[in-house]
Amino acid sequence: MTDTATATAPAPSRMQVSDEIAIEITGMNKWYGAFHVLRDINLTVRRGERIVICGPSGSGKSTLIRCINRLEEHQSGRIVVDGTELSSDIKNIDRIRSEVGMVFQHFNLFPHLTILENCTLAPIWVRGVPRREAEEAAMHFLEKVRIPEQAQKYPGQLSGGQQQRVAIARALCMRPRIMLFDEPTSALDPEMIKEVLDTMIELAEEGMTMLCVTHEMGFAQAVANRVIFMDQGQIVEENEPREFFSNPQSERTKLFLSQILDH
Amino acid sequence: MDEHHTPFVRSEMLPPEPPPLRAGGPVLWLRENLFSSWTNGALTLVSLWVLWSVLSAVIPWAVDGIWNARSLSGCREIRDELYGPGASVACWAVIGERWEQLLLGFYPRAFYWRPVLALAIFVVAVLPFLVPALPRRLGWFAPVAPFVIYWLLWGGSAWPPLMVMAGLAAVILAWAAVGRRRGAVAGAVAGLVVLALVFLPLGRLVDLVTGSDGNPLDAVFPLSTALAGVLERAVPTSIRSVITREFGGFQLSFIIGVAGIILSLPLGILLALGRQSHLLVVRAISVSFIEIIRGVPLIVWLFTASLLLNYFLPPGTNFDLMLRVVIMVTIFAGAYLAEVIRGGLAALPKGQYEAADALGLDYWKAMRLIILPQALKISIPGIVNTFIAMFKDTTLVMFIGLLDPLGLSNSIRADQSWNGIYWELFIFIGALFFIVCFGMSRYSMYLEHRLARDRR
Repeated sequence: MTDTATATAPAPSRMQVSDEIAIEITGMNKWYGAFHVLRDINLTVRRGERIVICGPSGSGKSTLIRCINRLEEHQSGRIVVDGTELSSDIKNIDRIRSEVGMVFQHFNLFPHLTILENCTLAPIWVRGVPRREAEEAAMHFLEKVRIPEQAQKYPGQLSGGQQQRVAIARALCMRPRIMLFDEPTSALDPEMIKEVLDTMIELAEEGMTMLCVTHEMGFAQAVANRVIFMDQGQIVEENEPREFFSNPQSERTKLFLSQILDH
Repeated sequence: MDEHHTPFVRSEMLPPEPPPLRAGGPVLWLRENLFSSWTNGALTLVSLWVLWSVLSAVIPWAVDGIWNARSLSGCREIRDELYGPGASVACWAVIGERWEQLLLGFYPRAFYWRPVLALAIFVVAVLPFLVPALPRRLGWFAPVAPFVIYWLLWGGSAWPPLMVMAGLAAVILAWAAVGRRRGAVAGAVAGLVVLALVFLPLGRLVDLVTGSDGNPLDAVFPLSTALAGVLERAVPTSIRSVITREFGGFQLSFIIGVAGIILSLPLGILLALGRQSHLLVVRAISVSFIEIIRGVPLIVWLFTASLLLNYFLPPGTNFDLMLRVVIMVTIFAGAYLAEVIRGGLAALPKGQYEAADALGLDYWKAMRLIILPQALKISIPGIVNTFIAMFKDTTLVMFIGLLDPLGLSNSIRADQSWNGIYWELFIFIGALFFIVCFGMSRYSMYLEHRLARDRR
């Protein structure tokens, strides 16, 4: 919370990264049955860092970020989020999940609840925030993603881009210290991608720690301080964005970049 | 690109135009709906002929029916006088004479007001849940209503149902209070401990000391009834008690059906969730329960309830037959509902579970707030289907000696004056069931429509 609260300086200085470690993954492995999806992942994320993870489909990038809030279980290695190690202890898992916001490819809004109810549900039932307070906070975040006027509608009445912005607001209502984005723009029409990316850029400028699986290379260049390229369940290359795009090191990365950039 | 140069640019956008008027009128409607082709025309004519032949026989039979007779032979005499011998007309007189019995069985005539009042209380209790326009606050009455209704129908002292209500309230309070402070598991344990105090034979001991009054609730809630015995001696609240054998007619079907419907839904939900559980034991128990109950005909379970259950219960237990039937019907419908609801759970996208998890909701909150509201909504047609089937199946209790309307129709025929009368009784009974089942069906359609707001 302190990060967003003190984030009043102009944009460049807001993007400062602190020394504090937000997420530490060491020697992490995961299998689906006999299939080795994630192989020896080592990754340290500092508070305020914005990391973009890219790679061909099936490379394990979504699985990686889904391990961070235990939507997927890892079988070996350590994942420490905000000082709490992920184990099978339900209490730890619930604590981490309420600290880590997640935005999904298919939004996953709750269709039977209004936009406002979608945003207030978790604060009320997980954090025990009084309804009125939760609603005020929800309206604040809906204004931030620029759709306060839709608060009383149902998700089915909104466009894809609006739904994804609600999903971001819903995650923010829990005041998370870390945000995970799992291909947030992949299911959107081209003209709606920008509105979602703009919201994400604003969030980055406020100093939110972000891990983002995306193929939006423009976004990566604008806000990321590190780009991670994954293939076959491994981290193949990791670099700051300018270097990553202008001077990729591995052959796999060069091939991947040529495929997504040259058309 | 030069040769594909576009020479046209629209400067003004076309305004929308109203849709063309469709030619209407009854002739067009007839042609479109009834005579759109030669075959359809022929089918229409055949259908009209069938309808005419059926209705032209049934309507005069019903409308000319005879109401003022004391017996079937009386009916026939009047018919011979009015329409000539051999004419086919209904003898509604049997309904006129026996309708109270068909509705209320052998319930003492002097106390007919009690079931009527109980029905009124039932309606008042459920209305806030059925009609969204009514304030939800009125729902507080619903948990109290079953106990009031029980007291009105079966009579006796008001203390036993009151004590059972207090006992259940204690269970829920213990569960909620401890659950909030010490977590869900501790809450469940506390609830079970209090439950054991209320339900288990601990109360039997008290019973032996104080002397039991043989109330049907005794077997299940010994402590409560024991306390009630003491209280009754201090403050008498007795009204004339009516024993289960005096119950009958549509009232019996309605009580069993409604109790079964209300109790089977939570059971079905728990079984459906149990079947999806990651806990092996819970899943195994749920699956075997569902498969065993569903795999055996209801009539077998009813015989089990009426004959075999007594062998398994402690000797001297006074376990009311109606209560046993309600339990069996509930379990049976619960097993079917579990499968219907499982279908609804399976139909939800995985993303809903993930989103609930990612927000930090625990299992029960995720189920209650996110998963079940959507799964139950999808399952409404199947759930109501099960309810309707179950309600009609209550007529099977006739085979274990309870006098449901069909059982009563047999005993009415056993009377000398009405020997040989079938159709009129069956039509009346059928109409009673039809009204309730059609009502349920219509309500489920309304409910689906009302909840469809998010499906766009």
